Amino acid sequence: MTDRVLIEGSEAMARAAVSAGCRFFTGYPMTPFTELLEHMASLLPEVDGVCMNAESELEAVGMAWGAATTGHLAATGSTGQGLSLMQESLSEITNARLPLVVFNMARGQGDYFQATRGGGHGDYRHIVLAPMDLPEAVELTRLAFELASRWRTPVMVLGDYYLAHTYQAVSAPSIEGAAPEVPDWALNGSSGGSGSAKIISPLGGGTDGEEGFDLGAHYAACAAHIQEMSAGVDPLIDIGFCEDAELVVAAYGSVGKFVRYACLRLRDAGHRVGYVRPITLWPFPSEAVYDAVTGSAKVAVYEQNMGQMVDDVRLATMGAVPVEFIGGPSWDHSGFGIGPDINVPDISERILEALK
Amino acid sequence: MTDERIYLSTDTPPAEPAALVDDFTPTLITQANHHLCPGCGEPIAIRAAMEAVEELELAQSTITVFGIGCYTAFAHNLDVEVVQALHGRAPSVATGIKRMLPDGFVVTVQGDGDMVNEGLQEVLHAVARGENITCLLLNNGVFGETGGQMTTTTTLGQRTKTSIEGRDPHQHGHPILLSDLATTMDGAAYVARCAVNNAGNVARTKRYITRAYESQMAGAGFSLVEILTMCPTGWFVDTLEGPDYLQDTLAPVHNIGELKTP
Ligand SMILES: Cc1ncc(C[n+]2csc(CCOP(=O)(O)OP(=O)(O)O)c2C)c(N)n1
Ligand code: SF4
Ligand SMILES: [Mg+2]
Repeated sequence: MTDRVLIEGSEAMARAAVSAGCRFFTGYPMTPFTELLEHMASLLPEVDGVCMNAESELEAVGMAWGAATTGHLAATGSTGQGLSLMQESLSEITNARLPLVVFNMARGQGDYFQATRGGGHGDYRHIVLAPMDLPEAVELTRLAFELASRWRTPVMVLGDYYLAHTYQAVSAPSIEGAAPEVPDWALNGSSGGSGSAKIISPLGGGTDGEEGFDLGAHYAACAAHIQEMSAGVDPLIDIGFCEDAELVVAAYGSVGKFVRYACLRLRDAGHRVGYVRPITLWPFPSEAVYDAVTGSAKVAVYEQNMGQMVDDVRLATMGAVPVEFIGGPSWDHSGFGIGPDINVPDISERILEALK
Repeated sequence: MTDERIYLSTDTPPAEPAALVDDFTPTLITQANHHLCPGCGEPIAIRAAMEAVEELELAQSTITVFGIGCYTAFAHNLDVEVVQALHGRAPSVATGIKRMLPDGFVVTVQGDGDMVNEGLQEVLHAVARGENITCLLLNNGVFGETGGQMTTTTTLGQRTKTSIEGRDPHQHGHPILLSDLATTMDGAAYVARCAVNNAGNVARTKRYITRAYESQMAGAGFSLVEILTMCPTGWFVDTLEGPDYLQDTLAPVHNIGELKTP
């Protein structure tokens, strides 16, 4: 770590990725993801890494998939729409048990379901981390690579326009330092001719001596792994003022930071409001949410969408406390989710309304 | 008339054990059994591809990337490293591998449906980048695995389940001749088309694949070998008619020969 510098979110995340050992990045320009790609393109060559300007998001995720099979830390990303194009691969990469970090610099918060429900076909989940600001994005980017390696799974960092484009003073991660060692399962060709050459496949691994592959057994193993991951990944959450709160407000990401601030001001004014800000969106910190809200009379969920995380909050509270949705799609006419709906007076008003 | 048949005595055990399919299987193919149809051309092409890997002593640096089609069954039958990719997506996966392992030897195995239909964009970009990989296109002019529907390499007049009266250019458009297209692009170092419908063509296939591999070893850029393969099941012809059907239906349109050399 060096001293604090004023730095753009995209650059901070790019530096954090390289400092975590990322050596391959690829993407296709799309606002507000573009700058992450640009920063990776300038940083990776400095550490003998590779950054590719892919010809589409389909190819970007394919290239990242290939790079990941070599055991080097790989990442890609886009904005929601581009992520939609990548979903077929993200589903199968999860089944192929490959580490990969995926950035979604989303437009607004409409991609919560896409991120947390397994946005592609099939039956899978992967880890999702939602930072609220640059310092947290730096930490969570590092954590994303760590979790991806430990669990051999895609991990998504779900950000937005604010995160990608805001400048903030942070301790800029140094990009010097060695990348982690290449793990044993990685391919480099050398197991060829040994009688049991390695295979990395979403359809399952080698079946020494047996014929073909057993998809039933493979999918059962994938399901068991996802179960293990959902129990084994520490759920992260930021909780404030919930002990004596009448109303708890739930929100995530940059929007969560505004909600947190609104709650702080409302507390100052004597209102008994608290907040919960889930940081791991999958696995969702259900127990912590339950514990935090059960003493209150109501939970209000503020999201910049038609109501997505609200489903997880309802599942977490299990009917113990009524849950009301107080968010809505962004009013922003640019479509980037940077509208006047994310401002403290407006959010406070909605919270006060829910308190009535 | 004398009976010229030789009758083997069963009174004594044979001097040598009977030859098994395994005995004729190249060392880099680990199982004699596969799930492909009798008369299928794909195992012949894959055999040539593996023999060439062995002969060029590339077994310990090769990573093959499989697309999705009937040949996918072979991904589990090889003694070289394999990455299973999605339908159409092998060239991008191969690119990621090659960029991280420039000394690795990277080969994709794809069909016409995989490479020329679903994955056309990415293979063309791989050619344009001069990506130093070898792509093997097993072209049987149909989606074999899904039961014999028209692909873009189906020739005019060819009957498939989705061109029942024969491919009609007004309704179904014209075939894309991928190898010819690749030849026009600067990134292509070696492009050739061959077939496995007779012994001469099988030998030619092995020769072309070997040259493509040598071009990758020399770092010359993108190499493509298109191999016309029999698919009696997807063509709805008798197994024995496969080779002639290939000669009469595919070969006149998809011309055999070396199209571009370094
Ligand atoms: C995205 C996607 N679309 C469709 C399929 C279904 N599918 C599986 S194999 C196949 C045909 C493969 O054709 P080809 O590559 O020519 O191989 P062949 O079976 O003829 O050897 C198709 C369409 C798929 N697996 N994925
Ligand atoms: S359907 Fe065609 S391509 Fe597939 S295994 Fe049978 S003959 Fe081969
Ligand atoms: Mg085919």
